[in-house]
Amino acid sequence: MSDVPPAPAPGPEPALTSFGAPLDGSRLPLSASQTVGPFLSIALDWADGEQVVPVGTPGAVRVGGVLLDGQGEPVPDGVVETWQADPDGRFDHPDDPRGASASSVPGFRGFGRSSTNESGHWQVLTLKPGAVPAADGSTEAPHLDVTVMARGMLDRVVTRLYFPDDDHCDDVVLAAVPRHRRATLVAVRREDVPPDAPPGPDVDVRLDIRLQGQDETVFFDL
Amino acid sequence: MNQPLRPDVGEPASAVRAAGGLRLPRYERPSGLNPPLDSPAYRSSGLRHPTQPLVLMPQNLTEITGPLLGSGRVLPGDADLTRQHDDEPLGQRIVVSGRVLDGTGRAVPDTLVEVWQANAAGRYRHLRDQWPAPLDPNFDGLGRVVTDSQGRYTFTTIQPGAYPWGNHHNAWRPAHIHFSLFGRAFTQRLVTQMYFPGDPLHAYDPIMQSIPDEQARQRLVARFDLATTQPEWALSYHFDIVLRGRLATPFEDDDE
Repeated sequence: MSDVPPAPAPGPEPALTSFGAPLDGSRLPLSASQTVGPFLSIALDWADGEQVVPVGTPGAVRVGGVLLDGQGEPVPDGVVETWQADPDGRFDHPDDPRGASASSVPGFRGFGRSSTNESGHWQVLTLKPGAVPAADGSTEAPHLDVTVMARGMLDRVVTRLYFPDDDHCDDVVLAAVPRHRRATLVAVRREDVPPDAPPGPDVDVRLDIRLQGQDETVFFDL
Repeated sequence: MNQPLRPDVGEPASAVRAAGGLRLPRYERPSGLNPPLDSPAYRSSGLRHPTQPLVLMPQNLTEITGPLLGSGRVLPGDADLTRQHDDEPLGQRIVVSGRVLDGTGRAVPDTLVEVWQANAAGRYRHLRDQWPAPLDPNFDGLGRVVTDSQGRYTFTTIQPGAYPWGNHHNAWRPAHIHFSLFGRAFTQRLVTQMYFPGDPLHAYDPIMQSIPDEQARQRLVARFDLATTQPEWALSYHFDIVLRGRLATPFEDDDE
């Protein structure tokens, strides 16, 4: 019993983080990423996860594709998340300097989440976003920001989805991508999916995400 | 009293249109913090990491905003994983609490935290987890909480067990709880794992050891706290999470 340390006196919590850094408003070291692991669907599956807009929203489009590994095999234990502006190019967020703007689309969430199924398919139901002004004064083409996580991935990867038929010439993000790789970021209409494409979900606009190998998707350092 | 943390409420300084563009906050870009996507000791990373260089992305509106998911995604009872069935799950009852902060030291209020974990025997309630350990009919292993105005969260659960996995001979994951966090911007999204202090499996785990820096690994280890341990009830662990810091708007000190 003599080895039992005395209980600390009750009193104010020390103003330290759980890892011992002072909580006095000074800079803190960041927490590192770890993989979502194979069982992510336990928590990350939401009944309405794929609904960036509610079912039945006029003009809604189904956007999705297949998540593939370096051998072209579907990834059945991944999750794809999307974030986007509303059709007016606005964000309901206090850091949008144009002012947080509740979308004119009822139930517009801007965020979609789709765990891949056994065939590696993902999809969300959304409205095409509007173009978005960039900090440098240019205009970004309509796009979704995309996060991909899976078993085997120790950190998320970030990519983008652009829509077919838009003019992407002035987009500052695409401009930084080597020209021959830009197509990996541009979705295709259902009727333009090549016949030799891997089986995919029933969507209006398709973008496959290739984590590695031939036609590897462009991923960004954000 | 604790030093009150400054809640991050979005500074109006950014609500100014600079000549030819927008003034936006920016988020720090960590280097050397996160595990390399290509980590050969974690075998399944082999075919799931990009081989082409990442392309540097500016932080524009889509990146500095994000879904502000809060109480709307949480149901009563989501913060107590031991009360989701008629009876209590087996295992050591624990309370996990902490703060979600950012790299500037500010609290991240009103943000969704999702957690999932194995049961006390190390088994997940998932079709693809079939190792010979029992499921617990009283444990699903899923929790959701929202941080308060000071970035604080608390949930009650049971200590998860270690479990074997096929990565290499006699591979066992140390006990851990998965955490998913949004922060306030797409840039801040983080999925990580909380580990328990004193676990002998840490040194053998290629997932934890994939983090290059020892101190960064230790930041993912919760701290046992006797002072907040509840007598005759539950052990207490503290686990603070730090998301990428929201830095001041560039040129904020310029004349307006």
